[in-house]
Amino acid sequence: MADPIVEVSHLRKTYGEKVAVDDVSFAVQPGEIFGILGPNGAGKTTTVETLAGLRTADRGTVRVRGIDTQRDPAAVRDILGVQLQEAALHDKITVREALTLFAGFYANPADPDDLLAMLDLTPHADRRFAKLSGGQKQRLSIALALIGNPEIAILDELTTGLDPQARRNTWELVERVRDSGVTILLVTHFMEEAERLCDRLVIIDAGNVVAEGTPRELIDGLEGGHTVVVRFAPEDVERGRRELGVLVDRDPEVEGAQQVGGSPSELAVTGTRRVLFSLVPALAAADLVPEDVRTVARSLEDVFLAHTGRAYTTESGDAGAPTDTALVTEGGRS
Amino acid sequence: MTATATATPTRVRPSGTGWRGFGRLLRTETAVWLRDSASVFFGVLFPTVLLVGVGFGIPGMREPMTDDVPPDSIWYGVTPIATYLPTVLAMAIGTLAILSLPVTFATFRDKGVLRRLSTTPMRPQAIIVAHLVINVATTFVGVALALVVAQAAFGIVRPEQLGVVLGAFVLGMLSLFSLGMLLSALVNKPSTANAVASLVYFPLLFLAGLWTPGPIMPDVVRQIGQFTPMGAAAQAMDTGWFGEGFPLSQYVVMVVWTAVLLPLAIKLFRWT
Repeated sequence: MADPIVEVSHLRKTYGEKVAVDDVSFAVQPGEIFGILGPNGAGKTTTVETLAGLRTADRGTVRVRGIDTQRDPAAVRDILGVQLQEAALHDKITVREALTLFAGFYANPADPDDLLAMLDLTPHADRRFAKLSGGQKQRLSIALALIGNPEIAILDELTTGLDPQARRNTWELVERVRDSGVTILLVTHFMEEAERLCDRLVIIDAGNVVAEGTPRELIDGLEGGHTVVVRFAPEDVERGRRELGVLVDRDPEVEGAQQVGGSPSELAVTGTRRVLFSLVPALAAADLVPEDVRTVARSLEDVFLAHTGRAYTTESGDAGAPTDTALVTEGGRS
Repeated sequence: MTATATATPTRVRPSGTGWRGFGRLLRTETAVWLRDSASVFFGVLFPTVLLVGVGFGIPGMREPMTDDVPPDSIWYGVTPIATYLPTVLAMAIGTLAILSLPVTFATFRDKGVLRRLSTTPMRPQAIIVAHLVINVATTFVGVALALVVAQAAFGIVRPEQLGVVLGAFVLGMLSLFSLGMLLSALVNKPSTANAVASLVYFPLLFLAGLWTPGPIMPDVVRQIGQFTPMGAAAQAMDTGWFGEGFPLSQYVVMVVWTAVLLPLAIKLFRWT
């Protein structure tokens, strides 16, 4: 592996009594999208703000391209682009003015017109910041993080508040930016976003790293917890339930069979990764033909559950979250 | 991976002076600031509007005072509207320094503009400098307009001691902008800034003689007013304009305010 472009080592940061970051370490390789995933309040933003030299660490080191950003934050300003969570511009500045203004701060800026085009902002270039939609503001915010031609861009919760279509467009955009050679540090509390976008990621909970790897590695590394959902015809439900009960008792690969949600004809069969191999012959032997069988894809949510013992919630009243989950599931099926 | 973690820190690229792009910052901030019609009105037009309104609205403001003041008074033979001028000029400074500036910075802090700027190679101090330049320049424009219009409309007398007037004006700017910067350093929300600024601004206006200028100012108001930055500026300009002698105590008051408030403002300034 090449030298890491970003290194965080045993970072700790407290605000008075409150421990925001307890002990966080990770290394980011050049050219990857590296995710920092976790529920709200896990310490993600504090981590990247300390990394950017905006906050003082209590302990640990943070380096960008080998430069200690705690000691010399000014030295990385030209190579590190930062998109902060909240919008931070005058209401009355136009999109083009903001980009041109920020371009002037950097030694080797990108062309504002190129970024306008890349982020689909050209038609809104003369619109004032306050008149932009949420998605347009986010895209401008990304453009401002990229205007200095950075080697590394920190994107903090960049799709919060976007509708699903805008969110997917933003994901594609982030991949395009990565493909143009920029290393991306993506802070998010959306599991789906991390799974979809990140080459590698750390999951942070209560100020500590609980898991690290590629999304695939993390999901494949899970013990047990595989689920197959079987749907029977109404006349077969009773018999199916009985047969599955027998199977659970007899076969060590099968751990349980439970009714799914409100539907009496659907049963979720859980077990090891061989659960499907056990289920299908048992159904065949009993001549039970299910109307539908589907395996339930596991996600980073299961990884979070396995490592923390808690179901993943974004915490706080994030109104957008339930809709997202539904839509993403829908998208996954199609 | 951890073996490479101790790579020697290298400076990749020299980071800029921290002022690269300041010219464009100043131009952009000016353009954006001018879009706010309230700041333009209060900064540029208000002193003139007030002078013209009082001069033509209140009877007798344009008649030279010969009966109301003793012949040995510095006001003898001067029109009341002329005696109003030093107060209006002091007010012009205070309007921008105390009403406009703190709201601007509170808004920046509230919106995270200062914080956003500190993630770029530009120093966040630059935006403060830019707004001081804008507000100081606007003060000059507003005052110049007021003087030209007053001259055209009322024929204002020339100052007896021009140097004393100019010195008082500059010290008034220094002390009032220092006060404005201290408020800017402390208030977080634009609404708080508005409230606090008004609480400071209107008493200062009263003590500078906006309701009781020059000859009609009660002695107690004059006594208290001379210790305020705006009152001292108005009184010192009064002396320079119509009288003789040097307004030493008023000058000292303004110097002391500046010397105390400015370092305090710099020390207490909050970026987030």
